[in-house]
Amino acid sequence: METTQITETINMVAEEHLDIRTVTMGISLLDTIAGTPQETAKNIYQKITTYAKNLVKVTQQIEREFGIPIANKRISVTPIALIAGKATPDEMLYYAHALDDAAKAVGVDFIGGYSALVQKGFANGDLALIKSLPRVLTETDLVMSSVNIGSTKAGINLDAIKLMGETIKAITNKSDTANAKMVVFANAVEDNPFMAGAFHGVSEADVVINVGVSGPGVVKRAIEKVKGESIQVVAETVKKTAFKITRVGQMVGALAAERLGVEFGIVDLSLAPTPARGDSVAEVLEEIGLEMVGTHGTTAALMLLNDAVKKGGVMASQRVGGLSGAFIPVSEDAGMIDAVKAGVLSLAKLEAMTAVCSVGLDMIAIPGETDATTIAAMIADEAAIGVQNNKTTAVRILPTNGAKVGDMIDYGGLLGTAPVMPVVEKSSAAFINRGGHIPAPIHSFKN
Amino acid sequence: MAKAVVTVIGKDKPGIIAGVSKTLSDHNINILDVSQTIMSDIFTMSMLVNLALLDEEFNKLQDDLNLLGKQLTVEIHTQREEIFDAMSRV
Repeated sequence: METTQITETINMVAEEHLDIRTVTMGISLLDTIAGTPQETAKNIYQKITTYAKNLVKVTQQIEREFGIPIANKRISVTPIALIAGKATPDEMLYYAHALDDAAKAVGVDFIGGYSALVQKGFANGDLALIKSLPRVLTETDLVMSSVNIGSTKAGINLDAIKLMGETIKAITNKSDTANAKMVVFANAVEDNPFMAGAFHGVSEADVVINVGVSGPGVVKRAIEKVKGESIQVVAETVKKTAFKITRVGQMVGALAAERLGVEFGIVDLSLAPTPARGDSVAEVLEEIGLEMVGTHGTTAALMLLNDAVKKGGVMASQRVGGLSGAFIPVSEDAGMIDAVKAGVLSLAKLEAMTAVCSVGLDMIAIPGETDATTIAAMIADEAAIGVQNNKTTAVRILPTNGAKVGDMIDYGGLLGTAPVMPVVEKSSAAFINRGGHIPAPIHSFKN
Repeated sequence: MAKAVVTVIGKDKPGIIAGVSKTLSDHNINILDVSQTIMSDIFTMSMLVNLALLDEEFNKLQDDLNLLGKQLTVEIHTQREEIFDAMSRV
């Protein structure tokens, strides 16, 4: 082994914020369904605390032995709407509290899967879950929620979008920050380890370990070394760096799964920023050659970055899954926050960027008086991008009562701080209020 | 056979190698390879050591070496070897 190799690895961790963003244990709850919500809730608590009992201990030991920080330990479960088929909105609280209590008992950072899949229509459990969200997200601490409202196969459920616009407003009326724990998806993936959108799909094995890697700082440092060189050199550099980062994720995931005695699922090779300086996707884009993220060329640079991360990572891992790409959450990325404050990065540009990267409009604060139908229309636009282009898109938008454009809202910890962004003030109400279902797009005659 | 890499980085002063070697020897650990340089006053050393008998006691060794690092005001990392291989080999 060469010394340069050792120094490189140590520097990646110490100076470039390389970490494993999350080790997420996916747990199926299909075998917990019992006669009453109370009994089911008891079974849920039991199953989670049995399988995830050692999750935190094992990951901490791995951190220690390999000198690589694992930022979060998380759990994802089967979408609760499927488990709670017969429940009323009030009874949904039993399930939510079972998840919250179990997460606290085993010491994880978050538990995801308080979710409903309504791309084609609502079942009783779906509606009960959505109606319970304002209470659940404010009465529990660690429970994360997602609702899938569209897919390339099923089209877009406009009724669900309307309902989600209203639900987001209702959540805001109870808490300014609770919306950070909920995301609205199109084409949601079943093995995503990242929050708020993690859930354990019904086609997954009973219990698995999924890993999300991170490391925008490492990519930025690598690109610094190829200043002025042609763009394909940048692509190659990102690929090589993504390979190294993903190898760490693969190793940690395989080891964690082995020590916990469960199956190893996937590595999600996402570049996920944190609010720390030097751990920013915006800074990577700026290093590629943009004066500030949000200017012309941003979408092209992001497309290259997103694609090169996938290409480098795919070969480094046995099985790749999740969202895999670059994340662009505003509040969690120091460079994005700067660009919004400077008036360079707009909502319209962010929307364009979501067409070429792994998620969507993420962690964006908007004024509290924004109409529910306007929020719904934002969700509809994002869903349209995802559904038409066969990719995942998401909206995690944060209306804040009493906040004006430019105010800074603090969400705490990894969720960061977001400047309130202006929205277009013309109404979309008549469009949203039509309700119904946008048909699935045709996928021949592609132009 | 499990191996670990012990890296030491910091301002050069007497007793660094002695201190690290003594701690390793106290834990009955065999040093397999050493590479050491001084670049403009900064001491850098990597040691490959044998952990075969020490799987259980890894944490204790790491604690002792961290403590030694504090005493010597140098940075000491103790990591299992696989992490370095994982990153640089296909």
